[in-house]
Amino acid sequence: MADEISDSKPENEERSHDAARRNFLKQSSVLTALALTPGPVVQAAAAEWDEKIAAPFEKVPLKLAVNGKSYKLSVEPRVTLLDLLREQMHLTGTKKGCDYGQCGACTVHIDGKRVNSCLVLAVMQDGREITTIEGLAKGDDLHPMQEAFIKNDGFQCGYCTPGQIMSAVACIREGKANSETEIKEFMSGNICRCGAYPNIVSAIQEVKNGGQKV
Amino acid sequence: MNQFQYVRPAKPKAAIEARVKDQNSQFIAGGTNLLDLMKRGVMNPERLIDISRLPLDKLERQGNTFRIGSMALNATVADDKQVLEKLPLLAQALNAGASAQLRNMATIGGNMLQRTRCPYFYDTALPCNKREPGSGCGALEGYNRMHAIFGFSDKCIAVHPSDMSVALVALDATVLVSGPKGDRRIPFAELHRLPGDIPQKDTTLEPGELITAVEVPEGPFTKNVHYLKVRERASYAFALVSVAAALQLENNVIKDARLAMGGVAHKPWRLTEAEKSLVGKPATEATFQAAAEIAMRGAKAFKHNAFKLKLGPNAIVQALKNATNVA
Ligand SMILES: Cc1cc2nc3c(=O)[nH]c(=O)nc-3n(C[C@H](O)[C@H](O)[C@H](O)COP(=O)(O)OP(=O)(O)OC[C@H]3O[C@@H](n4cnc5c(N)ncnc54)[C@H](O)[C@@H]3O)c2cc1C
Ligand code: SF4
Ligand code: FES
Ligand code: FES
Repeated sequence: MADEISDSKPENEERSHDAARRNFLKQSSVLTALALTPGPVVQAAAAEWDEKIAAPFEKVPLKLAVNGKSYKLSVEPRVTLLDLLREQMHLTGTKKGCDYGQCGACTVHIDGKRVNSCLVLAVMQDGREITTIEGLAKGDDLHPMQEAFIKNDGFQCGYCTPGQIMSAVACIREGKANSETEIKEFMSGNICRCGAYPNIVSAIQEVKNGGQKV
Repeated sequence: MNQFQYVRPAKPKAAIEARVKDQNSQFIAGGTNLLDLMKRGVMNPERLIDISRLPLDKLERQGNTFRIGSMALNATVADDKQVLEKLPLLAQALNAGASAQLRNMATIGGNMLQRTRCPYFYDTALPCNKREPGSGCGALEGYNRMHAIFGFSDKCIAVHPSDMSVALVALDATVLVSGPKGDRRIPFAELHRLPGDIPQKDTTLEPGELITAVEVPEGPFTKNVHYLKVRERASYAFALVSVAAALQLENNVIKDARLAMGGVAHKPWRLTEAEKSLVGKPATEATFQAAAEIAMRGAKAFKHNAFKLKLGPNAIVQALKNATNVA
């Protein structure tokens, strides 16, 4: 059984196999039943490695609070937080750019700290609070940083914008928005192909100087 | 990414056991290096042992020593008030690395054990003795712009990419390790290896050993320090060359000195002879020039990194000038 499943699993290459992989993820509730090889899990439990254990193909239960709501989910060990948000929870505001921690498009907050969700395993986040761009606005009221981005023309194509905004909010909360130089340095993990940087810096300065709560 | 088994032990001992029992397992802390390598197929562990929640994230001051848990985040340490006051060189080096998002994920232990950024190591289609022992070194005759000028071998000419480690070697840090055979202490300068004939081995850690903390003595280097990083872009790139400089001055005379370089060798490169040459001299450009010359003795370049032979000494002089405000 297990062999059959590893044959049907997608190759390790990126992108070209994304579609195959998404398919695979869709089917995986069926596959889970087949793939459950309790061997290593039981072993690990016996050795008191404890806490949380997952076999390669097994989906494990996961509790997350996302944008203020609690969720009970189940994920495979190798699913990143980014893929969980986008593919399983359909929160597609968080963008996938490079998928390697280099562009910042996937920036979200975990327990209040900004991180690149493409380099985070979902299983490792059990019990944590996640905020995505969808969670910033309060109902119909945009977050002050969202307002400021619009007002200052902080985006062109808009692809990097959710990540920029999540990072911008964090930048102020971290106390790293005291000068243009500091903003540039602490926003350097967010790449914008369109070069909207000057307007992004203005937006951040406006919010910071406006003294609004972010 | 390949499939893998996941375990999250509650105690360091269980984590070490899990690692020892399975050679094909890896610890995962922040995951910012390991997941990157796994996505590219460079590393393919069958089991990940999540150590990120082990109670090893404390940052404490005991007497004249900082003890920083291996699970402390880079950002936490870089922002710590006492670190900023007493170990400013470390804070500067941490802030020079990666981005704010990555520093919120990267741990102190993971940072020192991150693997080389040699592009041939990263590309599984190309030969690399570090990734696949015996396959050859693509960089030796290839595009070796990033590569070593000190301590390399004909098997590997890669450099260690960590900024933090350059500061830690200059500050005489000690790494605390727990393993299947018990606990031991490793002077920071002895943690990383030169490639020799076994470039696949980055460090002197034994199989299953877990870094639990790093100890950094509070030296007299609180005022005149500078971490200079030269990179292709203004920020958020690995160093071509970096310099950690720390001086203790009395009436502008150098009482004690620390110098180390990054981006030049398989390990953070301490410049002991140059340090000695600085002691007892006035903090002037001429003194710094002389030290830089000594520092570069024995350096040897490859086809594409000859610029490091010039950039290196210039960076040393500039770092020392910045540390002392010599114009
Ligand atoms: C885009 C990008 C840019 C970057 N730029 C820089 C830069 O400019 N300068 C810089 O210094 N770094 C840079 N980094 C690297 C980053 O700092 C490292 O990836 C990070 O510090 C690794 O820490 P981690 O906790 O995420 O390690 P992990 O990825 O979890 O682990 C790395 C390795 O260390 C092992 N390990 C981790 N903790 C322990 C422990 N306690 N005991 C034993 N083994 C352990 C793991 O098994 C693994 O092999 C960059 C990374 C990215 C993705
Ligand atoms: S320099 Fe080292 S890491 Fe790079 S290709 Fe050669 S052996 Fe591999
Ligand atoms: S998609 Fe995560 S940093 Fe680029
Ligand atoms: S607005 Fe297009 S990438 Fe930033």
